[in-house]
Amino acid sequence: MSKIRLLVGTKKGAFVLTSDGARKDWQVTGPLFAGWEIYHLKGSPADPDRIYASQSSGWFGQIIQRSDDGGKTWSTPGTSEAGKEPEGMPVSESNRFAYVGEVGTHKWYDGTQHPWEFKRVWHLEPSLTDPEVAYAGVEDAAIFKTADGGKTWTELPGLRQARGDLWQPGAGGMAVHTILQDPRYAARLFVAISAAGAFRTDDAGATWKPINRGLKSNFELPDPTAAVGHCVHRIALHPSRPDVLFMQKHWDVMRTDDAGEEWREVSGNLPSDFGFPIDVHAHEPETIFVVPIKSDSEHYPPEGKLRVYRSKVGGNEWEPLTNGLPQSNCFVNVLRDAMSVDSLDPCGVYFGTTGGQVYGSADGGDTWTAIVRDLPAVYSVEAQVLP
Amino acid sequence: MIRVVLPFHLRTLAGIAGEVTLEVAGPVTLKAVLDALEARHPVLRGTIRDHDTLKRRSLVRFFACQEDWSNQPLDVPLPEAVQRGAEPLLIVGAMAGG
Repeated sequence: MSKIRLLVGTKKGAFVLTSDGARKDWQVTGPLFAGWEIYHLKGSPADPDRIYASQSSGWFGQIIQRSDDGGKTWSTPGTSEAGKEPEGMPVSESNRFAYVGEVGTHKWYDGTQHPWEFKRVWHLEPSLTDPEVAYAGVEDAAIFKTADGGKTWTELPGLRQARGDLWQPGAGGMAVHTILQDPRYAARLFVAISAAGAFRTDDAGATWKPINRGLKSNFELPDPTAAVGHCVHRIALHPSRPDVLFMQKHWDVMRTDDAGEEWREVSGNLPSDFGFPIDVHAHEPETIFVVPIKSDSEHYPPEGKLRVYRSKVGGNEWEPLTNGLPQSNCFVNVLRDAMSVDSLDPCGVYFGTTGGQVYGSADGGDTWTAIVRDLPAVYSVEAQVLP
Repeated sequence: MIRVVLPFHLRTLAGIAGEVTLEVAGPVTLKAVLDALEARHPVLRGTIRDHDTLKRRSLVRFFACQEDWSNQPLDVPLPEAVQRGAEPLLIVGAMAGG
């Protein structure tokens, strides 16, 4: 029987939750990297026991950790006492994220230009085919790539040339938080950046184009249909149909059928179209999940009812999923990377909250149970199916 | 022999129990001690000072003999008590202020 492993990043460490294919009884391991912020962990689709983790701290900066045994042991892959840099210092490259060339500037809060400054890695996206390759989405917004298992990271600087001078951080910072790979073409990637928008490359990251036509930000931008500047919270696709993307924007749930050339709103009957995560059912490309949040200043569910909303027709028509979720006095948030699906049948759906709960559904969202209730605030959840 | 006390997070990151003791050749300055510390524990590179500029990370503090050395020039010799190992150099995470 298959096994499920959930990789959970939290404000104070990482946790690994495991179960068999029934997904009823769960074991909780952790905290790993206790006390550090773990923005994201993700396993390689090509080798599920190869896991990359972003470990960071406001005090001590960024660390990249890697496990080759499914999370039992970890190491910082670029650290070597044997290797020496030209100046004689030991090598420690895996936590070094240096922007390529002239650092350049982006728009600052006061309207002036401000130099890019690396702060942390928000998201790690291992290659679909090569365990040695992974992408890192970072704050201040940029994308880096490793081709040696995380030992060294090199920026793909073309992204910041896609009108980066006009990107302006929002209150949550300015980060590449979503990276999607097109399974048909390794050269095509999509990224999303808070307060900048969505972008696509068709040449493996050499050049990028903003793909924000159709987005409207009436209260966030002086020009509501500007080419860049939209606060995209997350994008998602189904691997069988990678030209169709779904987006949870600051406000509005959106959809494109042509790889981002044109978006249209599919918020429909949602009680609020503000939110953070969005995900697609593993076997039904038109079935999508969101978690409505009351507003940009009230980051909790409307009416204190934690409801996942599911559309089985690609948007516009939504149904609340409440069975097993708290329907009173619930005022947690669900962050953008804190939802994931597994590929078992029926599809499993999981999400974590800022209140430390991780909820799971083994039937595509019809019923939910709390897998664990009292973790630190959950930043990210990734599901893995193991043989 | 120079004694260095690290904060919890850096001890766990580097797998260190207790104090670190270091031999430092030449003048015992902050730079010399940090160089020796990072040479012994490469995983600490980038966590105390920036990889490239070598500037102290803004929320890291250096204390020695009950004085704040955080803003002292890196090439000034540390107090004599630190140089002979009677007192440790404390590397501290700044107060969160919560």
